[in-house]
Amino acid sequence: MAPCILYCHCAYARVVPVDTKTAVLEGLARAGVEFEAVPDLCEMAARGDPRLAELAAQAPLRIAACYPRAVKWLFSSAGVSIDGEAAVISNMRTTAADQVLETILAPADPIAAGKTASHQ
Amino acid sequence: MRALLDKGYAVSAVRDAAPSASFSPETVLLGPEDGIGAEAAALIARLDTVREERGLPPGGAWKPWFPVIDYQRCTNCMQCLSFCLFDVYGVSADKKIQVQNQSNCKTECPACSRVCPEVAIMFPKYRHGPINGDDISADDVRREAMKVDISALLGGDVYAALRDRSAKAKSRFSKERDDERALKERQTCLVKLQQALDVPAEVLAALPSADEIRAKAEAAMARAREAAGT
Repeated sequence: MAPCILYCHCAYARVVPVDTKTAVLEGLARAGVEFEAVPDLCEMAARGDPRLAELAAQAPLRIAACYPRAVKWLFSSAGVSIDGEAAVISNMRTTAADQVLETILAPADPIAAGKTASHQ
Repeated sequence: MRALLDKGYAVSAVRDAAPSASFSPETVLLGPEDGIGAEAAALIARLDTVREERGLPPGGAWKPWFPVIDYQRCTNCMQCLSFCLFDVYGVSADKKIQVQNQSNCKTECPACSRVCPEVAIMFPKYRHGPINGDDISADDVRREAMKVDISALLGGDVYAALRDRSAKAKSRFSKERDDERALKERQTCLVKLQQALDVPAEVLAALPSADEIRAKAEAAMARAREAAGT
Protein backbone atom coordinates (compact mmCIF):
# COMPACT_ATOMS: atom_id res chain seq x y z
CA MET A 1 0.00 0.00 0.00
CA ALA A 2 1.35 3.45 -0.93
CA PRO A 3 1.95 5.69 2.08
CA CYS A 4 -0.49 8.51 2.79
CA ILE A 5 1.41 11.79 2.70
CA LEU A 6 0.30 14.69 4.88
CA TYR A 7 1.84 18.13 4.63
CA CYS A 8 1.16 20.79 7.27
CA HIS A 9 1.60 24.38 6.05
CA CYS A 10 1.68 25.88 9.59
CA ALA A 11 -0.21 28.83 8.10
CA TYR A 12 -0.79 30.73 11.33
CA ALA A 13 2.74 31.02 12.69
CA ARG A 14 6.23 31.77 11.37
CA VAL A 15 8.20 28.98 13.00
CA VAL A 16 8.77 26.81 9.91
CA PRO A 17 11.17 28.39 7.38
CA VAL A 18 9.21 29.61 4.35
CA ASP A 19 11.88 28.29 1.98
CA THR A 20 11.53 24.81 3.45
CA LYS A 21 7.75 24.84 3.14
CA THR A 22 7.91 26.08 -0.44
CA ALA A 23 10.50 23.52 -1.47
CA VAL A 24 8.66 20.62 0.15
CA LEU A 25 5.34 21.63 -1.41
CA GLU A 26 6.89 22.04 -4.85
CA GLY A 27 8.69 18.73 -4.45
CA LEU A 28 5.46 16.94 -3.65
CA ALA A 29 3.69 18.51 -6.63
CA ARG A 30 6.56 17.57 -8.95
CA ALA A 31 6.65 14.00 -7.68
CA GLY A 32 3.15 13.41 -9.06
CA VAL A 33 2.00 11.59 -5.91
CA GLU A 34 -1.26 11.93 -4.08
CA PHE A 35 -0.96 13.94 -0.90
CA GLU A 36 -2.96 15.98 1.57
CA ALA A 37 -1.91 19.55 2.27
CA VAL A 38 -3.58 21.18 5.27
CA PRO A 39 -3.25 24.82 6.34
CA ASP A 40 -2.56 24.08 10.01
CA LEU A 41 -2.61 20.85 12.05
CA CYS A 42 -2.94 22.82 15.29
CA GLU A 43 -6.14 24.40 14.03
CA MET A 44 -7.51 21.02 12.91
CA ALA A 45 -6.71 19.49 16.30
CA ALA A 46 -8.33 22.38 18.17
CA ARG A 47 -11.63 21.83 16.37
CA GLY A 48 -11.40 18.03 16.46
CA ASP A 49 -11.45 17.79 12.67
CA PRO A 50 -12.65 14.26 11.72
CA ARG A 51 -10.20 14.35 8.82
CA LEU A 52 -7.38 13.64 11.32
CA ALA A 53 -8.86 10.21 12.11
CA GLU A 54 -9.36 9.50 8.39
CA LEU A 55 -5.73 10.30 7.70
CA ALA A 56 -4.46 8.25 10.64
CA ALA A 57 -6.44 5.27 9.35
CA GLN A 58 -4.50 5.37 6.07
CA ALA A 59 -1.29 3.88 7.44
CA PRO A 60 1.52 4.06 6.57
CA LEU A 61 1.32 7.81 7.21
CA ARG A 62 4.11 10.20 6.30
CA ILE A 63 3.82 13.64 7.88
CA ALA A 64 5.81 16.77 7.05
CA ALA A 65 5.19 19.13 9.95
CA CYS A 66 7.15 20.07 13.07
CA TYR A 67 8.51 18.35 16.19
CA PRO A 68 7.27 14.73 16.34
CA ARG A 69 6.32 14.99 20.01
CA ALA A 70 4.14 17.99 19.26
CA VAL A 71 2.51 16.33 16.23
CA LYS A 72 1.82 13.07 18.06
CA TRP A 73 0.10 14.78 21.00
CA LEU A 74 -1.79 17.19 18.72
CA PHE A 75 -3.41 14.18 17.08
CA SER A 76 -4.00 12.73 20.54
CA SER A 77 -5.69 15.94 21.70
CA ALA A 78 -8.22 15.34 18.92
CA GLY A 79 -8.75 11.77 20.08
CA VAL A 80 -6.58 10.19 17.37
CA SER A 81 -3.65 7.92 18.16
CA ILE A 82 -0.79 7.69 15.71
CA ASP A 83 1.34 5.73 18.15
CA GLY A 84 1.90 2.16 17.04
CA GLU A 85 0.83 3.06 13.52
CA ALA A 86 3.37 3.22 10.74
CA ALA A 87 3.67 7.02 11.09
CA VAL A 88 6.86 8.82 10.15
CA ILE A 89 7.03 12.49 11.13
CA SER A 90 9.53 14.81 9.46
CA ASN A 91 10.33 18.04 11.26
CA MET A 92 10.37 20.93 8.77
CA ARG A 93 11.55 23.30 11.53
CA THR A 94 14.95 21.64 11.73
CA THR A 95 15.34 19.40 8.66
CA ALA A 96 16.34 20.49 5.17
CA ALA A 97 13.66 20.26 2.48
CA ASP A 98 15.45 17.66 0.38
CA GLN A 99 15.81 15.39 3.41
CA VAL A 100 12.13 15.86 4.29
CA LEU A 101 11.13 14.93 0.73
CA GLU A 102 13.42 11.91 0.70
CA THR A 103 11.77 10.63 3.86
CA ILE A 104 8.14 11.23 2.98
CA LEU A 105 8.43 10.07 -0.63
CA ALA A 106 10.28 6.87 0.22
CA PRO A 107 8.35 3.74 -0.77
CA ALA A 108 6.40 2.03 1.99
CA ASP A 109 8.47 -0.57 3.81
CA PRO A 110 6.37 -3.56 4.88
CA ILE A 111 8.99 -4.40 7.52
CA ALA A 112 8.62 -0.99 9.08
CA ALA A 113 4.83 -1.25 9.21
CA GLY A 114 3.62 -1.07 12.80
CA LYS A 115 6.45 1.17 13.97
CA THR A 116 6.25 4.86 14.64
CA ALA A 117 9.45 6.65 13.67
CA SER A 118 10.45 10.24 13.78
CA HIS A 119 12.99 12.23 11.86
CA GLN A 120 14.32 15.38 13.38
CA MET B 1 -1.27 25.72 -3.83
CA ARG B 2 0.70 27.77 -1.32
CA ALA B 3 -1.70 30.67 -1.77
CA LEU B 4 -4.66 28.39 -1.03
CA LEU B 5 -2.99 27.04 2.11
CA ASP B 6 -2.06 30.56 3.27
CA LYS B 7 -5.76 31.43 3.04
CA GLY B 8 -6.76 28.45 5.13
CA TYR B 9 -7.88 26.07 2.38
CA ALA B 10 -6.82 22.42 2.59
CA VAL B 11 -5.81 20.83 -0.70
CA SER B 12 -5.97 17.18 -1.67
CA ALA B 13 -3.79 16.37 -4.67
CA VAL B 14 -5.36 13.35 -6.36
CA ARG B 15 -4.55 11.40 -9.47
CA ASP B 16 -7.92 9.94 -10.31
CA ALA B 17 -11.61 10.66 -10.00
CA ALA B 18 -11.97 8.66 -6.76
CA PRO B 19 -9.93 10.54 -4.17
CA SER B 20 -9.25 8.91 -0.84
CA ALA B 21 -10.70 11.91 0.96
CA SER B 22 -14.40 11.75 1.71
CA PHE B 23 -16.56 14.59 0.49
CA SER B 24 -18.14 16.99 2.93
CA PRO B 25 -20.07 20.28 2.61
CA GLU B 26 -16.65 21.90 2.70
CA THR B 27 -15.32 20.02 -0.35
CA VAL B 28 -14.90 21.80 -3.67
CA LEU B 29 -13.70 19.59 -6.50
CA LEU B 30 -11.54 21.28 -9.11
CA GLY B 31 -10.26 19.89 -12.37
CA PRO B 32 -8.29 21.23 -15.31
CA GLU B 33 -11.49 22.72 -16.75
CA ASP B 34 -11.71 24.99 -13.70
CA GLY B 35 -8.49 26.71 -14.68
CA ILE B 36 -6.58 25.59 -11.64
CA GLY B 37 -3.42 26.81 -13.27
CA ALA B 38 -4.90 30.26 -13.48
CA GLU B 39 -4.24 33.29 -11.31
CA ALA B 40 -4.29 32.27 -7.65
CA ALA B 41 -6.12 35.40 -6.53
CA ALA B 42 -9.02 34.72 -8.90
CA LEU B 43 -9.29 31.12 -7.73
CA ILE B 44 -9.23 32.14 -4.08
CA ALA B 45 -11.90 34.75 -4.75
CA ARG B 46 -14.11 32.02 -6.25
CA LEU B 47 -13.51 29.77 -3.26
CA ASP B 48 -14.22 32.61 -0.82
CA THR B 49 -17.56 33.10 -2.56
CA VAL B 50 -18.39 29.39 -2.33
CA ARG B 51 -17.39 29.41 1.34
CA GLU B 52 -19.69 32.32 2.03
CA GLU B 53 -22.56 30.73 0.10
CA ARG B 54 -22.24 27.53 2.13
CA GLY B 55 -22.12 29.47 5.39
CA LEU B 56 -18.69 28.15 6.34
CA PRO B 57 -16.43 30.09 8.73
CA PRO B 58 -13.50 32.02 7.19
CA GLY B 59 -10.02 30.60 7.64
CA GLY B 60 -7.43 32.27 9.85
CA ALA B 61 -9.90 34.02 12.13
CA TRP B 62 -8.15 32.55 15.17
CA LYS B 63 -4.46 31.83 15.66
CA PRO B 64 -4.51 28.27 17.06
CA TRP B 65 -2.37 28.93 20.16
CA PHE B 66 -3.13 26.52 23.01
CA PRO B 67 -1.31 24.03 25.27
CA VAL B 68 -0.82 20.44 24.14
CA ILE B 69 -0.26 17.86 26.88
CA ASP B 70 2.25 15.02 26.57
CA TYR B 71 0.44 12.40 28.63
CA GLN B 72 3.48 10.14 28.75
CA ARG B 73 5.10 12.81 30.95
CA CYS B 74 2.07 14.32 32.70
CA THR B 75 1.59 13.20 36.32
CA ASN B 76 -1.80 14.90 36.73
CA CYS B 77 -0.52 17.27 39.43
CA MET B 78 -3.00 19.98 38.26
CA GLN B 79 -0.47 22.77 38.76
CA CYS B 80 -1.31 24.11 35.28
CA LEU B 81 -4.98 24.27 36.14
CA SER B 82 -4.17 26.29 39.27
CA PHE B 83 -1.81 28.60 37.43
CA CYS B 84 -3.92 29.41 34.37
CA LEU B 85 -6.00 32.57 34.63
CA PHE B 86 -8.32 31.79 31.75
CA ASP B 87 -9.87 28.37 32.46
CA VAL B 88 -8.11 26.76 29.54
CA TYR B 89 -7.71 23.58 31.59
CA GLY B 90 -10.37 21.34 33.01
CA VAL B 91 -10.70 17.85 34.43
CA SER B 92 -12.10 14.90 32.51
CA ALA B 93 -14.68 12.46 33.86
CA ASP B 94 -11.86 10.08 34.76
CA LYS B 95 -10.11 12.87 36.73
CA LYS B 96 -7.43 13.55 34.14
CA ILE B 97 -6.18 17.08 33.41
CA GLN B 98 -7.37 18.21 29.99
CA VAL B 99 -7.18 21.23 27.72
CA GLN B 100 -10.87 22.01 27.40
CA ASN B 101 -11.10 25.64 26.22
CA GLN B 102 -8.40 26.15 23.60
CA SER B 103 -9.80 29.46 22.39
CA ASN B 104 -9.52 30.94 25.92
CA CYS B 105 -5.74 30.68 25.79
CA LYS B 106 -3.96 34.00 25.35
CA THR B 107 -1.89 34.05 22.16
CA GLU B 108 1.88 33.98 22.72
CA CYS B 109 1.55 33.24 26.46
CA PRO B 110 3.28 29.92 27.35
CA ALA B 111 3.41 30.62 31.09
CA CYS B 112 1.76 27.39 32.21
CA SER B 113 4.32 25.38 30.28
CA ARG B 114 7.15 26.98 32.25
CA VAL B 115 5.80 25.83 35.61
CA CYS B 116 4.98 22.25 34.61
CA PRO B 117 7.32 20.06 36.73
CA GLU B 118 7.43 17.32 34.06
CA VAL B 119 7.84 19.50 30.94
CA ALA B 120 4.62 17.88 29.75
CA ILE B 121 3.02 21.00 28.26
CA MET B 122 3.88 22.09 24.75
CA PHE B 123 2.95 25.02 22.58
CA PRO B 124 3.82 23.81 19.05
CA LYS B 125 3.94 27.36 17.70
CA TYR B 126 6.37 28.61 20.35
CA ARG B 127 9.82 29.52 19.09
CA HIS B 128 12.05 27.70 21.58
CA GLY B 129 12.44 24.23 22.99
CA PRO B 130 11.41 22.31 24.94
CA ILE B 131 8.09 24.19 24.93
CA ASN B 132 7.79 23.77 21.15
CA GLY B 133 7.98 19.98 21.47
CA ASP B 134 11.75 19.61 21.07
CA ASP B 135 13.70 16.98 23.00
CA ILE B 136 13.91 17.55 26.73
CA SER B 137 17.25 17.86 28.49
CA ALA B 138 18.04 17.21 32.14
CA ASP B 139 18.35 20.95 32.72
CA ASP B 140 14.87 21.47 31.32
CA VAL B 141 13.26 19.26 33.89
CA ARG B 142 14.39 20.91 37.15
CA ARG B 143 11.56 18.87 38.56
CA GLU B 144 11.95 19.63 42.21
CA ALA B 145 12.46 23.33 41.58
CA MET B 146 9.28 23.44 39.51
CA LYS B 147 7.12 21.81 42.16
CA VAL B 148 6.78 25.21 43.72
CA ASP B 149 4.11 26.20 46.13
CA ILE B 150 1.81 28.05 43.76
CA SER B 151 0.61 30.38 46.50
CA ALA B 152 4.22 31.36 47.20
CA LEU B 153 4.85 31.96 43.50
CA LEU B 154 1.80 34.20 43.33
CA GLY B 155 3.09 36.38 46.14
CA GLY B 156 1.66 34.83 49.30
CA ASP B 157 4.76 33.78 51.23
CA VAL B 158 7.81 36.02 50.90
CA TYR B 159 10.06 33.60 52.82
CA ALA B 160 9.20 30.70 50.51
CA ALA B 161 9.88 32.98 47.55
CA LEU B 162 13.30 33.89 48.97
CA ARG B 163 14.20 30.22 49.58
CA ASP B 164 13.17 29.36 46.03
CA ARG B 165 15.18 32.25 44.59
CA SER B 166 18.28 30.96 46.38
CA ALA B 167 17.78 27.45 44.98
CA LYS B 168 17.19 28.78 41.47
CA ALA B 169 20.36 30.91 41.58
CA LYS B 170 22.34 27.67 41.54
CA SER B 171 21.10 26.82 38.08
CA ARG B 172 20.27 29.25 35.31
CA PHE B 173 21.02 26.95 32.39
CA SER B 174 17.55 26.49 31.02
CA LYS B 175 16.17 29.89 30.10
CA GLU B 176 12.77 28.58 29.06
CA ARG B 177 12.15 26.73 32.35
CA ASP B 178 11.84 29.83 34.46
CA ASP B 179 8.97 30.31 36.88
CA GLU B 180 9.81 34.02 37.35
CA ARG B 181 9.31 34.50 33.64
CA ALA B 182 6.08 32.51 33.88
CA LEU B 183 4.89 34.80 36.65
CA LYS B 184 5.73 37.91 34.61
CA GLU B 185 3.83 36.54 31.63
CA ARG B 186 0.86 35.78 33.86
CA GLN B 187 1.04 39.29 35.29
CA THR B 188 1.12 40.75 31.78
CA CYS B 189 -2.07 38.87 31.02
CA LEU B 190 -3.57 40.17 34.29
CA VAL B 191 -2.76 43.78 33.40
CA LYS B 192 -4.30 43.41 29.95
CA LEU B 193 -7.36 41.79 31.49
CA GLN B 194 -7.63 44.59 34.02
CA GLN B 195 -7.56 47.21 31.28
CA ALA B 196 -10.04 45.38 29.08
CA LEU B 197 -12.52 44.81 31.89
CA ASP B 198 -11.81 47.98 33.87
CA VAL B 199 -11.08 45.98 37.02
CA PRO B 200 -9.92 48.08 40.01
CA ALA B 201 -6.25 47.65 40.91
CA GLU B 202 -7.08 46.70 44.50
CA VAL B 203 -8.99 43.68 43.22
CA LEU B 204 -5.95 42.43 41.33
CA ALA B 205 -3.80 43.01 44.38
CA ALA B 206 -5.85 40.37 46.23
CA LEU B 207 -4.20 37.38 44.60
CA PRO B 208 -5.73 33.97 45.29
CA SER B 209 -4.82 32.13 48.45
CA ALA B 210 -3.81 28.46 48.54
CA ASP B 211 -7.35 27.62 49.67
CA GLU B 212 -8.87 29.50 46.74
CA ILE B 213 -6.60 27.76 44.30
CA ARG B 214 -7.44 24.38 45.81
CA ALA B 215 -11.14 25.23 45.62
CA LYS B 216 -10.76 26.07 41.94
CA ALA B 217 -9.25 22.65 41.24
CA GLU B 218 -12.00 20.92 43.24
CA ALA B 219 -14.70 22.89 41.42
CA ALA B 220 -13.28 21.78 38.09
CA MET B 221 -13.34 18.15 39.24
CA ALA B 222 -16.91 18.55 40.46
CA ARG B 223 -17.94 19.90 37.04
CA ALA B 224 -16.30 16.90 35.42
CA ARG B 225 -18.10 14.46 37.77
CA GLU B 226 -21.39 16.23 37.09
CA ALA B 227 -20.81 15.99 33.35
CA ALA B 228 -20.08 12.28 33.67
CA GLY B 229 -23.26 11.77 35.66
CA THR B 230 -25.55 13.50 33.11
